[in-house]
Amino acid sequence: MIPEIGHFALILALCVALVQGILPIYGAAVGNSGLMAVAKPAARTQFLLVLTAFGCLAYAFADKDFSVLYVAATSNSQLPLHYRLAAIWGAHEGSLLLWTFILTIWMFAVTLFSSHLPEATRSRILGVMGLVSVGFLLFMLSVSNPFERLIPAAPDGRDLNPLLQDPGMVIHPPMLYMGYVGFSVAFAFAIAALLGGNLDAAWARWSRPWTTVAWCFLTVGIAMGSGWAYYELGWGGWWFWDPVENASFMPWLAGTALVHSLAVTDKRGGFKVWTVLLAIMAFSLSLLGTFLVRSGVLTSVHAFATDPKRGLFILVFLAIVIGGSLALYAWRAPKVGLGGSFAMLSREGMLLANNVLLVAAMGSVLLGTLYPLFLDALDLGKISVGPPYFDSVFVPLMVPAIFLMGIGPLAQWKKASVPDLAKRLKWAFGVSLVSALTLPIVLGNWTPLLSLGLLLAIWIVTTSAVGLRERLAHVNGNSLVERLASVPRSYWGMLVAHCGIAVFIVGVTMVKGFETEKDVRMNVGETASIGDYTFRFDGTQDVVGPNYTAARGTFHVSRDGRETTVLYPEKRRYPVQNQIMTEAAIDPGLLRDLYVSLGEPIDDGAWSVRLYHKPFIDWIWGGCFIMALGGALAISDRRYRLAWRKQEPAVPTPTRAARRKVA
Amino acid sequence: MNRFLLPLSIFVVVVGFLGIGLTLNPREIPSPLVGKAIPDFSQPQLYDRAKVLSPADLKGKVWLLNFWASWCNGCKTEHPVLMELAKSGEVPIYGMDYKDQQDEAMTWLRRWGNPYPIVGVDEAGRVGINFGVYGVPETYVIDKQGVIRYKQIGPLTPDTVAKKIIPLVKQLESE
Repeated sequence: MIPEIGHFALILALCVALVQGILPIYGAAVGNSGLMAVAKPAARTQFLLVLTAFGCLAYAFADKDFSVLYVAATSNSQLPLHYRLAAIWGAHEGSLLLWTFILTIWMFAVTLFSSHLPEATRSRILGVMGLVSVGFLLFMLSVSNPFERLIPAAPDGRDLNPLLQDPGMVIHPPMLYMGYVGFSVAFAFAIAALLGGNLDAAWARWSRPWTTVAWCFLTVGIAMGSGWAYYELGWGGWWFWDPVENASFMPWLAGTALVHSLAVTDKRGGFKVWTVLLAIMAFSLSLLGTFLVRSGVLTSVHAFATDPKRGLFILVFLAIVIGGSLALYAWRAPKVGLGGSFAMLSREGMLLANNVLLVAAMGSVLLGTLYPLFLDALDLGKISVGPPYFDSVFVPLMVPAIFLMGIGPLAQWKKASVPDLAKRLKWAFGVSLVSALTLPIVLGNWTPLLSLGLLLAIWIVTTSAVGLRERLAHVNGNSLVERLASVPRSYWGMLVAHCGIAVFIVGVTMVKGFETEKDVRMNVGETASIGDYTFRFDGTQDVVGPNYTAARGTFHVSRDGRETTVLYPEKRRYPVQNQIMTEAAIDPGLLRDLYVSLGEPIDDGAWSVRLYHKPFIDWIWGGCFIMALGGALAISDRRYRLAWRKQEPAVPTPTRAARRKVA
Repeated sequence: MNRFLLPLSIFVVVVGFLGIGLTLNPREIPSPLVGKAIPDFSQPQLYDRAKVLSPADLKGKVWLLNFWASWCNGCKTEHPVLMELAKSGEVPIYGMDYKDQQDEAMTWLRRWGNPYPIVGVDEAGRVGINFGVYGVPETYVIDKQGVIRYKQIGPLTPDTVAKKIIPLVKQLESE
């Protein structure tokens, strides 16, 4: 009964979404405020309906209702409750429900925080989001119904893929989807602006916080996915340039460009057309990512069930949404005008250059991801594109981008001068260069890439320091604390996010430069050393988990004769899917991770063992979290809070009255 | 050309490729085994573990070898096609139960029907490794000399059976 309620709620949600997608947009076009007023209650109703459906599916999982096909396929009676709930998004159908649910959460948020928007704009935004939702609900109801029954019911479920039975899996997809789907708001704003023909600074000001929030979620989501791969896949890598990873990284690159471009549109009225295009791009890439993951056109380590019927549906949907918006763009954008002019050497110029570099990086990731498909389609053979391609195009694009990242915030708007910038930045540059050249020597391994990485990281930090100092000189306040407090949060946000990049670069550089790994055969009682650490293998024990059995190894790790830690890597066997999982044991630290994973048992209790010493690896994810923190700081800026509070009563009264009349 | 049309044009090209991509199978990699002798094996039979299934016993016949498992969704999709083909009597299909559990495999065959005269058991996946199996179901067409002539990755469809498998089997029978 409960699953049927969920199914029915989805059908109702589709009806509501259709109403929400058609009436308000039509109303905005003909100026009928009665029709426009439908948007808000429709969005809220849709949210409640999808919430109901989501709750029903959650209930089916909690209740171990194996008469629901999806529940039987992705969970098992032995599976602990938290993983049963995470199994909601453990496969295709449920992930789509999560996608749609999050879309309605964003819609609901728009209805809450949009009272300062003109009625027509709000109606169009919610209408566009409603149309996107129509696509996803149709998709679910036609070919990916999570509530499909299995009659007779299975005696027990097929279990969740053991790879996904991990705390990271509980939270990584919702985060990632919050980011993906969050770009739908910026997208809807852009489409609304194109429809209404009013692309002004106010439009950018409204889109900015939404975009930043989505960007923060996406940043955290990607970082968590990477961290999960690192400790769960058991071979110590943190990024593989896998198509599915790329699918999440491309919207991030476009989103990052969008965040910066919006800043220019907001502050200077420039880049309008470009910003709109980026907003369309960021969301289109999110959709494309969904297509690539769900349709099976590309092979990937992310083993999702694939089905050409579903692929076709998404492709058509993609063509309508993206093709439609780009056609709208081609039609309406030429009328918008380009905004204020500026010299190439100015803050606008540098932001534009950075934007172009980010988009070029995105393009090259896209090309690398789709290249095997292109060749295959043209019958030119089967290839796979791997990390060497991505590394070799990515680094040269990012180096100038990061160099500009240091200068941009210090350059004047409209026109900057080279001698002035050189004077202000010479110390920062000197310090960066000298420390980048000497630090690796101190650390005992000089390579050009190591120096380059450190140079970029230190450059970001020193230029940020210069920027902050100059800023402090210009704000009011007597004591340092007072002056620090009067620097706006959005400026802090930028500094923090940029320093997050620096932390990230340090992590990547140090791991690439100094990591050591060893594949050894270890007998019980034997020791092996890596870095300054000695690992003693004390054999394995059999342990029994809730839904697996495992051999758990014990490793005593010591440094200079003193015990550092004891690590317990496991080799687990999940009987339901008959899968063997390597559960690495990690001793994390600010300056290094120690990582042990069990390979294969050899004989007499001996095992092949992988040992890793990874300096600074946690800085990679730390950097991402710092970036997201910067984004969060920027959104908490006073002017947004003020704007919301101040503009509440500023909604033109005639529209209000009209709305009331309809109600 | 109008530069505002550029994004749309790029997108149209990409969609074209994605559309073609949907009709292709990225997992279909030309098998180095096609045209080579079948890797030898000797595996216990599912219904009588004392007996074995081995290609040597099938020399002089054209036959199919189908890797399947009760845990595999694609095998469920493929199953009616195999049943139909078995009923037609065109060619015998020998099964290889891949990385599966005996009782579950038997339950599965009891429930959905058994198209195989003999099912071999490859519990450890060793035979699969020799054949280069990287996803079930996979089906091989083997000629009278024990040479692999065709490899199907993923489920057989009525279409592939009618257009590829049966014509090939007929041709091999007459060789």
